[in-house]
Amino acid sequence: MPSRRMIVLSVLGAAGALVVGYALWPSDRIARANKLDAKPGERFLNNWIKIASDDSVTVVVPHCDMGTGIFTSLPQMAADELDADWSKVKVEAAPSDPLFANGALAEGFLLGERHMGLEQIPAFLRGTAANTFRTIASYMDLQVTGGSSAVRATGLYGMRIAGAAAREMLVKAAAARWDVSAEECSTRNSRVLHAGSGKSFSYGELAAEAAAYEPSSNPKLKSRAEFTLMGKPVARLDIPTKVNGATKYGLDVQLPDMAYAAIKISPVFGGKLKAVSVGDVASRRGVKQIVRLDDAVVVVADRFWRARDAVAVLNPVFDNGANGQVSSASITARRAAALKGTDLKTDVKTGNGAAALAGGRFVEATYQVPYLAHATMEPMNATALYQNGALEVWSGTQDGLGARAFCAKTANLPMEKVTYHLLPMGGGFGRRLPGFFNYLDYAVRTAMAMPGVPVKLIFTREQDMQHDYYRPNVMSRFRAALDGRGMPVAWVNDYTTDDDPNPQAHIFYGIPNQEIRAAQVKTHVPTGPWRSVEASWHGFFVESFVDELAHAAKMDPVAYRLALLAGSPRHHAVVKAVAEKAGWSTPLAAGKARGIAMVESFETVVAHVAEIEVTPEGKLKVDRIVSAVDCGMAVNPDGLRAQIESGIIYGLTAALNGAITIDKGAVVQANFPDYEMIRLRDCPQIEVHIVETGAPLGGAGEPGTPPVAPAVTNAIFAATGTRIRDLPIRNHPLAMAGLAAPSKGSAGQSPAGN
Amino acid sequence: MTIQLKVNGVSHEFDVEPEAPLLWVIRDELNLTGTKFGCGIMQCGACTVHVNGEARRSCMLPVGSVAGAEITTIEGLGANGLTPVQVAWIDHQVPQCGYCQSGMIMAVSALLKTNPAPSDDQLAAAITNICRCGTYPRIRAAVRSVAGA
Repeated sequence: MPSRRMIVLSVLGAAGALVVGYALWPSDRIARANKLDAKPGERFLNNWIKIASDDSVTVVVPHCDMGTGIFTSLPQMAADELDADWSKVKVEAAPSDPLFANGALAEGFLLGERHMGLEQIPAFLRGTAANTFRTIASYMDLQVTGGSSAVRATGLYGMRIAGAAAREMLVKAAAARWDVSAEECSTRNSRVLHAGSGKSFSYGELAAEAAAYEPSSNPKLKSRAEFTLMGKPVARLDIPTKVNGATKYGLDVQLPDMAYAAIKISPVFGGKLKAVSVGDVASRRGVKQIVRLDDAVVVVADRFWRARDAVAVLNPVFDNGANGQVSSASITARRAAALKGTDLKTDVKTGNGAAALAGGRFVEATYQVPYLAHATMEPMNATALYQNGALEVWSGTQDGLGARAFCAKTANLPMEKVTYHLLPMGGGFGRRLPGFFNYLDYAVRTAMAMPGVPVKLIFTREQDMQHDYYRPNVMSRFRAALDGRGMPVAWVNDYTTDDDPNPQAHIFYGIPNQEIRAAQVKTHVPTGPWRSVEASWHGFFVESFVDELAHAAKMDPVAYRLALLAGSPRHHAVVKAVAEKAGWSTPLAAGKARGIAMVESFETVVAHVAEIEVTPEGKLKVDRIVSAVDCGMAVNPDGLRAQIESGIIYGLTAALNGAITIDKGAVVQANFPDYEMIRLRDCPQIEVHIVETGAPLGGAGEPGTPPVAPAVTNAIFAATGTRIRDLPIRNHPLAMAGLAAPSKGSAGQSPAGN
Repeated sequence: MTIQLKVNGVSHEFDVEPEAPLLWVIRDELNLTGTKFGCGIMQCGACTVHVNGEARRSCMLPVGSVAGAEITTIEGLGANGLTPVQVAWIDHQVPQCGYCQSGMIMAVSALLKTNPAPSDDQLAAAITNICRCGTYPRIRAAVRSVAGA
């Protein structure tokens, strides 16, 4: 699949030149925003900030809450620039309306890609440019939460500017009241102060007059030394309602006379419903209707368990075509053949490329990763009501505006006829991004078949696991030539991709001759972004192979990486930091070993050192993971640590246990016993160290994941001499170096202790 | 069939099949949505409630089997102000998406009643709930702080 970044850029490229000529959020837009989203006493000062007469400041966030803490870090950024009293700051999700499309996200990606700051746009164009981005975002129905983009794009290009612009408007309003110049006024704790007279007004007192001024798209921003909230470990605003059951997720929507739907989707992807014998299911207690869709059958009942139990006894027949013969083995064989074939697209070629392989000592290895499900804790669900020609939908998605547009298209209705209520998500991890809305599709089509009845469709865990958009199964082959000192002079990497070449395959190591090529292999298995997307596989491949080169060169893996990173000071600093913090050079007890890996993803560099133990029986325990992170600056350091911890557990779960396999065209795994998650007993000690090298802001939600698997497998190699080249680790027999490998019979033991 | 159920100190009567899972009765009959559906097969613990003070996974628990029992959900746990466990969850900034945390808090709260100061190993052996956001290190720290109090 193309990365989200590429989608954003290509759309910007097509539309960017066409849309110019309006000021940022002129007053008619503010009037519309007030009408749409201001409660009594509140008024919008610009896109993302409302101030009420009671002095409360509401930051309107064009994202959704999936647990990453951005409903605190983004308000921190706005409130800091606004000089708001944090105790009076509230946060709301923006309405799923084009008026609140996230222009800052579009802007952040375009400017970030060109390594430009907003200040590099000529001053007279800045307002125009900002509006252009917002307009593009509304054309794209863009309110996406993904790509670890919220803080580095929305925060940097939206929230800080909105806060600073609102501050300037409040100062102008106060200065006008006092008939003094704005320069004589200062702001602190939600008040405008006039030092000369000692007078002050609260923001609430000034909001109405302030709103009459045009918001600047180029306000003066604080320097880092002036920050009062950014860089501080502020407690998350969403947590209090997450410890008492009060947060309402999509699953928790309650409507009068609501019905519940359970679904059985064609187990083979793409299968079409041929027939279903209803028998006496229709007469079971509570069953209201049996809805036949082109690829699924749905039972709607008055209670969910009745719908679920009823659909379970149906035996629909699907026409699967040739897909019914596909298996994991046949997919792997196709990928292997593609790498040996001639149809590879060259993405990178430097120096003499592959030709340079002839010049040194040759090292080769092939790696593979399996399909993975997202397995969010909240199974996919959506509630829909179709009546009087209008559609209303409630669900948690990673793009409220995109979800609304999708529902409109599915129902064949204009956007104005569709209301979308965005709810917090019990986990996202990429599963709920636009393009992957099958749960919305089924809910809307079911509701359209039952006008007037609100229908909540819930995937069982089994449907959720077997109808995901999976992290792709990928194969990657490396060849390298080493010089007399063991350093690589040629790096040739061929890998499979479901779609376009992956920029994440590019390396930061200084190797003169490189050739990186992609072979496209399409299968019927739907794939999609899974926490850290391409980095989740290329991180494992690249960092495993670099480790193999270090061992081939008989060099320490940290020293080897540092030598190759001489030209990349940022990556060099992060590797050095993690090695120091982990005590890389201190000896470990017998049976224990360390492994290192470093990956840059989403503009953040993360290195992990994994400390592991393999028992004489071949049982693996991951004791400790020490992490060093450079994301530019941590807007909320505790929030960053939480995200890196989270990314580590997510990556470790996959590395140890994760595999979705295909048999007869369908997913084999159905629920947690066969798609095992790590739990408290398997959770290592985790230490996160924040490193700063002066880099621009990077993401936080995803970059902790990619280096986990290679750090652990590199440690396993150090402990046992076993090089794990395909995941998950549980498929491999492990033994301490010098000991005989256990028989194949015990190989299936879970290293996670099951 | 009429079933009597006492939830968070309030008695209710429903006309429901005795085999209906307690989870869905709590959620859909009583509209108490703090208790979550995660796996439906008692693997993940998102649906954990207290039945006569003991942590039970409610997604496969037939409502008929707990008729007359005292059932407590997350809504009832802190009805008279946050419990020390809930406070520790805030202090240690445990939740991320938060979806599993009702079940996690119910499971930990029941454990602490029988073992007020569990070691990390005892905690890990007793609490097998799944959290996909990986809040385990903070859960460990939060429980230590309550256990040490």
